Amino acid sequence: MILFELVPFEILRVVWWVLLGVLLTGFALTDGFDLGVGALLPFVGRTDSERRVAINTIGPVWEGNQVWFILGGGAIFAAWPPLYAVSFSGFYLAMFAVLAALILRPVGFKYRSKRESAAWRNGWDWALFVGGAVPALIFGVAMGNVLQGVPFRFNDDLKIFYDGTFFGLLNPFALLTGVVSVAMLITHGAAWLQLKADGPVRDRARAIGSVAALVTVVTYVLAGLWLAKGISGYALVGQVISDGPSNPTFSETARTASWFAAFAERPWIAVAPIVGLLGSLLAFYGLRAGKDLMTMLYSKLAIIGIISSVGLTMFPYILPSSIDAKSSLTVWNASSSHQTLFVMLVAAVIFVPIILAYTAWVYKVLWGKVTEAEINRNHETVY
Amino acid sequence: MDIGIVELSRLQFAMTALYHFLFVPLTLGLSVIVAIMETVYVMTDRPIWRQMTKFWGTLFGINFVLGVATGITMEFQFGMNWSYYSHYVGDIFGAPLAIEGLMAFFLEATFVGLFFFGWDRLSKRAHLIVAWLVAIGSNFSALWILIANGWMQNPVGAAFNPLTMRMEMTSFFDVMFNEVAQAKFVHTVSAGYVTASVFVLGVSAWYLLKGRHTDLARRSIAIAASFGLASALSVVVLGDESGYSVTLSQKMKLAAIEGMWETQPAPASFTLLGLPDQQARETHYAIHIPYAMGLIGTRSLTREIPGIADLVKQAEARIRSGIVAYNALMDYRANKGKVAPDVAATFEEHSKDLGFALLLKRYVDDPRQASDAQIALAANDTVPTVWPLFWAFRFMVALGFSFIALMVWFFWMSSFRNMRFPRVALRLAVILIPAPWIAAELGWFVAEFGRQPWTVDGVLPTALSASSLSVTDLAITLAGFVLFYSVLFVIEMGLMVKYIRKGPYIDVPETDRWQSNHRDRLTAPSPFGQQPAE
Repeated sequence: MILFELVPFEILRVVWWVLLGVLLTGFALTDGFDLGVGALLPFVGRTDSERRVAINTIGPVWEGNQVWFILGGGAIFAAWPPLYAVSFSGFYLAMFAVLAALILRPVGFKYRSKRESAAWRNGWDWALFVGGAVPALIFGVAMGNVLQGVPFRFNDDLKIFYDGTFFGLLNPFALLTGVVSVAMLITHGAAWLQLKADGPVRDRARAIGSVAALVTVVTYVLAGLWLAKGISGYALVGQVISDGPSNPTFSETARTASWFAAFAERPWIAVAPIVGLLGSLLAFYGLRAGKDLMTMLYSKLAIIGIISSVGLTMFPYILPSSIDAKSSLTVWNASSSHQTLFVMLVAAVIFVPIILAYTAWVYKVLWGKVTEAEINRNHETVY
Repeated sequence: MDIGIVELSRLQFAMTALYHFLFVPLTLGLSVIVAIMETVYVMTDRPIWRQMTKFWGTLFGINFVLGVATGITMEFQFGMNWSYYSHYVGDIFGAPLAIEGLMAFFLEATFVGLFFFGWDRLSKRAHLIVAWLVAIGSNFSALWILIANGWMQNPVGAAFNPLTMRMEMTSFFDVMFNEVAQAKFVHTVSAGYVTASVFVLGVSAWYLLKGRHTDLARRSIAIAASFGLASALSVVVLGDESGYSVTLSQKMKLAAIEGMWETQPAPASFTLLGLPDQQARETHYAIHIPYAMGLIGTRSLTREIPGIADLVKQAEARIRSGIVAYNALMDYRANKGKVAPDVAATFEEHSKDLGFALLLKRYVDDPRQASDAQIALAANDTVPTVWPLFWAFRFMVALGFSFIALMVWFFWMSSFRNMRFPRVALRLAVILIPAPWIAAELGWFVAEFGRQPWTVDGVLPTALSASSLSVTDLAITLAGFVLFYSVLFVIEMGLMVKYIRKGPYIDVPETDRWQSNHRDRLTAPSPFGQQPAE
C-alpha cells in the first residue's frame, strides 16, 4: 500500500480546488488591503507626514501579505500545472503589467522615505498608487475573462496556443468585473486605514471607502445580472471521470445557456453572493459609523463571498476555453498527479497552521494606531 | 517551433535571472552576518553592536527588497515564457517552488517587517529571534529553489506518463534528497556568505581608509573575516563536491567545461588553460596537469571520464532508442491510452530516452521520419558551446581561491596582528567588493549554459520548452525589463552609496547611559587597543 493512495485522487483534486480558493482569498484578505491603501494613498494623504501615516500602517506587514500571492502562483504551478501554463502565457502582457506593478510596490515602500526631496517622495507615492490600483484592476479583469472563456487550445502534444490579444482582455464585461475588484479592495483598504490610522487620513479613508463599498454592491449586482442573461456557460458532456489522468483533451465540453444553471443544481451556493453583498453593505455601514474592528470583519466577509461566488458558480471548471471547448480546464483534468497533490497537501497541513500562528503574533505585536507624532519621532527608521 | 522565440525567451530568462542574483547572495549572507552581530549585542549588551546591527540591517533592507521584487519575475516567467516546460514538468518542478513559499518566503517576509519596525516593541531576545528567523527563512528559500534547479540538472524521482504527456513525480524523497541539489545548495549558500563577507569587509575597509566609524569598521572586519574564511573554504570544497556529482549526472557538461574532446586513459589530465576549438574538436595551446582531472572528477585512479566525442556517440544511440519510445507514445495517443501490453512494455523500456527523440523536433516534425543525417545533427546538438564554459569556469575558480587568500590574510591580521592593516590592503579590499558577484554570476552561467540544449537534462530540449508567443510580445517585455531594471539598479546603487556615506545612526543617549553604567568595563584594555566609544 502506497501512502498517497490513502486519499483518493478525486478527493485530493477537490481539496486542492478548495485550497486554490483559500489561497486567492487569503491574498485578497491580506495583501488586498495593502493594494487598497496603495490605490488610496494620494487621496487620503495631502501632506508628507499624512502619507507616511498611511504607508506605515502597512509598512511592517505588506511583505508577508504579498507572500500569499507568491504562494498562490507556486501552488497553482504545483497543483494545477496546465492552469499555470495557460493563464500565465495567455495573459502574457497583462501578467507583465502585474509584474511591473508588483515590483514597483516593494521598491516604493522601501525607498520612498530614504531621500528628503519632495519630488522623489511624490513620484514614489504615484508609483505606489499604480502598484495598488493596477493589480487590483487586472485581477478583476482576469476573473471577467475566465467567466467568459479564454481563447486557448491544446494540440496533441498538449502544447498551448493562445489566439487572443491584450486588448481583447479589456472587453466591457471584464472591465465591469475589474471595477468590482478595485472597489472591493479600496473598501478593504479604507477599512484598514480606519482601524490603523488617525486624524485626517482616517476621515478621508472612511469617506472614500463608503462610496467604494456602494460601488462594489452596484457593480457586483450588475455583473451578476449580465452573467445570468448575457454570457453562456459550460458543462461536461457524457460520463464524468473524476479520477482519470490529467489530460484536458480526453474530456468533452458543451456550451450552455448560462453559468446560472449551477444555482439550480446546487442551490446552497447562493450563500456566497449573499454573503458578498451583505458584507459590502455592512462595510458601508461600518465605515459611516466608524466601527474600526467590525468593518474589517465585514469587508473580509464581502471578499470571501465575492471571490467564492465565482469559483462555486464555475465548478468543476477552472479555465474554460472559448475557441476550443474540449481544451477547457476542469478540476478533473488539470491537476497534478495523485502523488504530487498528496505531498503538497502534507506540506500545506504542516506549514499553513504555523504560518497563521506567527502571522497572528506579528499583527498582535504591531497592534495599535499609527500616528503622525510616532512617524515624526522615528522619521529616520520608518518608511 | 520558432527558434527566434526560443532565443529571445532564453535571453530574457538569463537576463532576469542574473539580475535577480545580484541581490540574492547579499541577502543570504548579510542576513546571517546581521543576526550574528545582534547575537553579540544581546550577549555583551554593548550599544556599538546594536549600532552595527542597525547599520548593516539598513543596507540589508535596501538590497533585500529588490531581491524579493525581482524574485516574483522568476516565478512568473516559467509560466509566461516557458509554458510547455511548465506543463511538461510542473508536476515535479512546481512542488519545491510552492514549498519554498510555505516554508521560507512566509518566514522571511513576515519577520523582516518586524526586524525593522519591532525594535521598540519587542524585548532584546525576541528581536534577536526575529533576526535569526529572517536569516533562516532566506536560507531555506535557497534550499528549495536549488532542489528545483537541481532537478533540472539531474531529473531523479520522476517518469514520463504517456496518458498526460508529461513527467510525473514517482518519489518526492528522491527529488528532495537529489545529491546534485544538496551540493548546489551548500555551494550557493556559501557563495552568498562570501559575497556578504567581502561586502562588509570592503565597506569597513573604506571607513578605515577615511578614518571614519573605526569602531564599527574594526568589529565588522573581525566578523566578516572569520565568517568569510569559513565560507570561502566551504565554497571551494563544496564546489568540488558539486563537480563530483556532475561527473555522475551531467557528463557532457563536465567534458565541455574541461574542453575534453576525447576520452583519455584514467586518470585523465586537467587542462589548466588553452583555446578550445569547437570546429576542430581540439583545445589549442593546452597546458595540462597530469592525473588531476581523473582525481577530482572520479576520486579514483581507474575510472574513465568520457570525452565529448564518445558522449556524442552515446547520444546518437539514445536518440535511436528514443524514437522507439516515441513510436509507442503515438500508439498511446491514437488509442487514448488503451494499448496492447507489448506496446506498454516497449514504451517502459525506452521511455527514459524519449527526450533524446524530442531533440529531432528541431529538424523534423515526426521524429520517426528522421534521416541518419538529422540524427547525427541532433546528437551533435547535445554538445554545448565549449569556450564560454571553459573560460567562465576558470575565472570563477580563480576568484574563489582569491577570496580564500583575502580572508586568510584579514583573519590573520585581525586575530594576531592587532588589526594594523596597511593602506594598500584596505584599498584592495574596497576594489574587490564586486568580485564575488562576478564569481556568482559566472557560476550560474556555467551551470545553466552548460545544461544546454536541455531545460531538463536528457528529458526536455530547450527548443521545445518555450511558450507560443509572438516576437512583438517578447520585444515589449524584453525592452520593459531592460528599461525598468536599469532604472531600479541605478536607484538601488544610489541609495546604497548614500547610506554607506552617511554611516551608522548613533543613539547618543543610549551610548551615554551604557557608558555610565559600565565604567569598570571601559577602563579594561579593549581588544583592539583603543577605547571602544567614539
